[in-house]
Amino acid sequence: MLLIPCPNCGARDQSEFAYGGLRAPLPPLDASIGDWHTAVHLRSGEMPVREELWYHACGCERWIVVSRNLTTHEFAPKDAS
Amino acid sequence: MQHHTKYSGFSLARHALSGHRHWPRILPDCDLRPSYDIVIIGGGGHGLATAYYLATKHEFSNVAVFESGWLGGGNTARNTAIVRSDYLLDASFGLKHLALDLWADLSQELNFNLMYSPRGYVDLAHSDGELEQFTLRANAMNLRGAKADILDLEALKTRVPQLALGDDDRFPIAGALVQERGGVVRHDAVAWGFARKAAAAGVHIFQNCPVTGFDIREGQLAGIQTALGNVDCGQAMISVAGASAKLANLAGFQLPVTPVNVQAFVTEPVKPVLDCVVNYNAGLSYVSQTDKGELVLGGATDGIHSTARRGTFNAIEDTLARATQMFPFLTRLRLMRHWSGTADMTMDGNAIVGDTPVGGLKINAGWGYAGFKATPAVGHEMAALLAGGQTTDLLKPFSLDRFETGALIDDAGIGPYPWLH
Repeated sequence: MLLIPCPNCGARDQSEFAYGGLRAPLPPLDASIGDWHTAVHLRSGEMPVREELWYHACGCERWIVVSRNLTTHEFAPKDAS
Repeated sequence: MQHHTKYSGFSLARHALSGHRHWPRILPDCDLRPSYDIVIIGGGGHGLATAYYLATKHEFSNVAVFESGWLGGGNTARNTAIVRSDYLLDASFGLKHLALDLWADLSQELNFNLMYSPRGYVDLAHSDGELEQFTLRANAMNLRGAKADILDLEALKTRVPQLALGDDDRFPIAGALVQERGGVVRHDAVAWGFARKAAAAGVHIFQNCPVTGFDIREGQLAGIQTALGNVDCGQAMISVAGASAKLANLAGFQLPVTPVNVQAFVTEPVKPVLDCVVNYNAGLSYVSQTDKGELVLGGATDGIHSTARRGTFNAIEDTLARATQMFPFLTRLRLMRHWSGTADMTMDGNAIVGDTPVGGLKINAGWGYAGFKATPAVGHEMAALLAGGQTTDLLKPFSLDRFETGALIDDAGIGPYPWLH
């Protein structure tokens, strides 16, 4: 069970959240197919710590950004954006 | 030179007379050659099966397998050992059905008891709509020569009398799709059986030897670097499950895969209570009983990205809640063991098999938590690709470039959210 640091509510149990995956910048709408392919599909294998999105469904009902280590599951909070 | 013993009742009796002290080792020690025709990276079931078919069917014996851990230490022995081919889409069905055909004879062919037990795979539907979708899938299977039956509640009661079929359950059961040829295979024996026969045919297998880099010249593979030293090779295959993205990065390209944690559990052993594999579909939970009497349970992925190889409690609770709803007697059993594996999930939930941007380098990745059942078929087809240079018809749909061209094989119609597949 993960204890997720919500910037609005404090540390809360994982069961209060829905997972949103990697927070990756999306290319502009008129970008090439190749750019969209890279953004939507390709993932680097060397990303032990990364920013990801979680939706605090049973709390502030906001999408939050946290940084998590995929191997140790350690969190560092980020400002909501 | 290693002596190779054929396993039989006779050899068992002969070794019993000498107190079983003189069995030859399954794998001979071998010295690294400066060059190999083909290198297999990853000594799991898929890699070892490929080496076996290369050596026996295509007469390539100058082949090396490099495994970073020990044989059968990765996802090959971290799955729940289920084999089946109950898929709707042609691509998914084809490989897994070839695998079922191969499993049937492999114990004899490998002279190693894989304990393939076609005990029946029962897939539960929880609504009339779901049962109709299952009927579509069963019809598609029957048209392609795989036998599948749709059971209504009465027939299901006879087939699996242990099931709780109450109307007042949260997700009442409406019926089931049954593939009687589905079942289980002893998964660690798959790694050992393929490894033993491949080694006997001349393949070099190195354990505890991670691959640390690639020698690529003008877009063409020239060699690889390993913990034991560098070797030259014109062809190689990456078949490393959870570490696929990492190895692809070493070779200078990216894969559409992300690591997701999957867990499985084993209860204490009890007398025979369940003679088939049952899969609960409201959520996901699958149960079978081993020959030792333990019940093996698995569920969906943990639903988040992770390379930790340790699970989260909410996924355990989810899986067990569904399992006990199916079989209430399970509440009286204690869990004895529990483990996790890293599944490399792709953006459409299906595997990536075939060419990479690097000439001579092939990939077999993205099997997620559905790769075990396809093991011999992947080996069979990858060996044909490596030996002949032609992607076989069964492998064509699994090409890496399908994500760019849009020809995705999304069995569940979920979209590019790997943690939901």
